Amino acid sequence: MSVNPSDRSIRVPILTRVEGEGSLLVKLRGRTVQDVQLVIFEPPRLFESLLRGRPYTDVADITARICGICPIAYQMTAVQALEAAFQTRVPGEIRALRRLMYCGEWIESHTLHVHLLQAPDLFDLNSGIELAERFPDVVKRGLRQKKLGNALLEALGGRAIHPVNLAVGGFYRLPKVSELAKLIPEFEWGLEAALETVRWVASLPLPEFDRPYDYVAIQHPDEYAIIEGDVVCSDGMRINHADYEAHFEEIQVPHSTALQSRRIPSGSTYFVGPLARINVSRDQMAEPARRIADEIGWQTPCYNPFHGIVARCLEVVHAFAEGLELLRSYRGGTLSRQKLQVRAGTGRAVTEAPRGLIYHRYEVAEDGSIQLAKIVPPTSQNQAQIEADLRVLLERRMDESDQVIAVECEKLIRNYDPCISCSTHFLKLRIERE
Amino acid sequence: MSERPKLAVMKFASCDGCQLALLDLEDELLTVARAVQISHFAEASSHLEPGPYDLTLVEGSITTPEDRHRLLKLRADSKYLVTIGACATAGGIQALRNFADHDEFMRAVYARPDYIETLATSTPVAAHVKVDFELRGCPIDKYQLLEVIASLLAGHRPRTSTESVCQACKRRGTVCVVVTQNLPCLGPVTHSGCGAICPAYDRGCYGCFGPTVQPNTRALSDHVLLPRMASDQAALALHGINAYAPEFARGGQRLWQLAGLPKPLHPSLDASLETSLDTSLAASSATEPASS
Repeated sequence: MSVNPSDRSIRVPILTRVEGEGSLLVKLRGRTVQDVQLVIFEPPRLFESLLRGRPYTDVADITARICGICPIAYQMTAVQALEAAFQTRVPGEIRALRRLMYCGEWIESHTLHVHLLQAPDLFDLNSGIELAERFPDVVKRGLRQKKLGNALLEALGGRAIHPVNLAVGGFYRLPKVSELAKLIPEFEWGLEAALETVRWVASLPLPEFDRPYDYVAIQHPDEYAIIEGDVVCSDGMRINHADYEAHFEEIQVPHSTALQSRRIPSGSTYFVGPLARINVSRDQMAEPARRIADEIGWQTPCYNPFHGIVARCLEVVHAFAEGLELLRSYRGGTLSRQKLQVRAGTGRAVTEAPRGLIYHRYEVAEDGSIQLAKIVPPTSQNQAQIEADLRVLLERRMDESDQVIAVECEKLIRNYDPCISCSTHFLKLRIERE
Repeated sequence: MSERPKLAVMKFASCDGCQLALLDLEDELLTVARAVQISHFAEASSHLEPGPYDLTLVEGSITTPEDRHRLLKLRADSKYLVTIGACATAGGIQALRNFADHDEFMRAVYARPDYIETLATSTPVAAHVKVDFELRGCPIDKYQLLEVIASLLAGHRPRTSTESVCQACKRRGTVCVVVTQNLPCLGPVTHSGCGAICPAYDRGCYGCFGPTVQPNTRALSDHVLLPRMASDQAALALHGINAYAPEFARGGQRLWQLAGLPKPLHPSLDASLETSLDTSLAASSATEPASS
C-alpha cells in the first residue's frame, strides 16, 4: 500500500500520557516538512502576575500550584531564590534534608513516568494499567517505588502533592528522627527494586534516534547536582546560575500559551532533563547508579532521546541510594529555620526538577512583598527542542501512514516527559499535508 | 465486562495534582481499574472513548470560552459529575484574577496578549453546570476520592466530613498554634479533609480546602487574624488558594476595605457570588444530605 504524501490533512485528536494538555500541528507539503508547532493552549493561569504584592512567605505555597507532579521543584527553587534575595544561606543539615526531599520527588515523578506513561509505548499499549496485565510484577514494583517517593514527601512535607513544610530559611518543622528512620528498610528495598527496574528497561528494545543535542543542566563540584550548581552545557559553556538570563531567553510564539526558550545569542534549541544531567555529570552519580549503568553497558554521551527512560531509571537508583544515605545520617536538629533579614533585593535560583532545569527570579520590596516574579519551567525550555526533533522524525518517516506518524510523534514527545500544566491544555495532533 | 461503570477524568485550568491523586492510590489503582472502565483519562491512557460516562471527575476551573463550551457538552454526557479540587470547586488560585485588572495581568506575563484567548475570570464548574458532588482540597485527599468513586458507583452520596480543620486538629492531638505560637490560622473556618497538616508542622492553616459549612469569617478576621497581622495581610490570607469561594471572597473583600484598598469583583461575577452564598447557606441548614 503506497501512501501519497501530498494533499492530505489528518487529525489525531488527543496526545495522551503527558501532564497537561496541548496539541501538535504538522504541515507537510509534498515531501517537505513545512511547519511543526507544539501548540500549547492550556489556559494561562498567570502566576507571575498573581504573585505580585504577596508576602514572600506565600511564594512556595502558590508556585507549588503550578504543577501537581513536581511541586517541590517550584517550592525549592522559590525558597532558595528568596534566600538569595535576603542574602541567607541555610545550614548544612537543612540543605541535606532539602536534597532528601527532592530525591522523594524524583522517585515519585520518574517512576510514574517510567511505568505509567512511557513504558506502555514500548509494547504499543494504551496505559500502565494495560501494561500491568502483561507485566504485573514490574508495574507493582514500580508503583511501590512511587509510593516510597511519596512516603518520603509526606514525612518531610506533610503530604505528597503540594507539601506544606518548606519555608524560606529552612523548614517550618524538622522531622523527628523516628519519622525518617522508619523509611530506612523501605528505601533498602527501593534501591534493590530500582536496580531491577534498570535491568528490565535495559532488556527492552528502544527505538533508534540520534541527534546532536546541546544538553543543559546544573553541575556542582561535590555532588550530583539537584538543588544548586553552575549552569553548564555539553558544548563547554559554564556560567554562574545568576547569569542564566544573559544566556537563555524566553520568546512568545503565536501558537502557544507557554513561552519558548532559546540560547543567546545563537537562538538555538537545547535539551534539559535526566538525559542532559547524566550526560554532563554521570561520574557524580551514586555508586550503585554508576555500577548498574556499567553493568547494562549504557554508553554516554548518549544522544538518543528514547533513552530518557534509562536515564530516569538510573536517577531513581541514584535517588534511592542518596536518599538512603541521608536517611541513615539524620540525627535530628534544633534549628528548623534560619533567621532572616528581610530586605529589598533580587534573588535567583536554579534547581533540577524531575523534567529538567528550572529557574526562578524574584524582586522583593523592603517589606518582603514580591514585586516581580520570573519563572522558567523545564518544559518551556524543551519545547523548541521537541519541535526540532519532530521535524527530523517526520523527514525520516514521511512515507509511513499518517496514523503511524502520529503515534511515533506522540512517543517522541513523551520522551521529554513534558509537563504542560507548567503552562498548558489538550494535546491534539493534527497533520496537514498539502 | 462492558457492564462496568464508565469513568472519565477531565481537565480544565489546573495543575494536574488532583487527577494525580488517583494515580497516587498506588495500592488501590489496579483494583479501581478493574472495578470501573476507564473511558477517558488522558493523563493515564491513550485509549479514549467518547461519552456517555457514568462518573466524570472534573479538575480545573473555567477560564476560556472554549472550555465553557466543552464543559456544557461534558455535563450532557455525564450521569454524575463531580468536581475534584479547589480549581473546579472554587476557581482555584488563578481566580485571584477575578479581583484584578485582567489586561494588566496578561501584559505582565505575555509580550503579545493578543495571541491568547482567555476569559477575564476564573470560575468554578458549578457556575456553569449542575454539579452532583464537590470534593474540596488543593490537592484533594486521595482516600476521599476513593470514597467518592465507591459511593457514587454504589448509588449513595459520599460520606465526607464537613467539620472544620480545628476539629481534625484537636483529634490529631496538635497543640493549637494560635494559642501557643500566636500564629494566624484559618483552621476555624476551613473545611477539613487534609488531616490538619499545617498546624502539625508548626504553621497556621492557609485554607487550601476552602470554607467549611457556615464559616464565621468575620469573627475569624476580627479575633484571630487582625490581632496578629495587618488588614491587608489578613485579606491576602483569605484571598489565597480559594479566593473566589464565596465566604472567603466576601471575607477578604471586607478586609481589603478595612485596609483602604477595595478590591471589587469583576462586574460579571457579583450576582453569581451572592447566589452561591445563598445556596451554601441553604445547603448547610439541611440536616440530611439529599440522596442522589
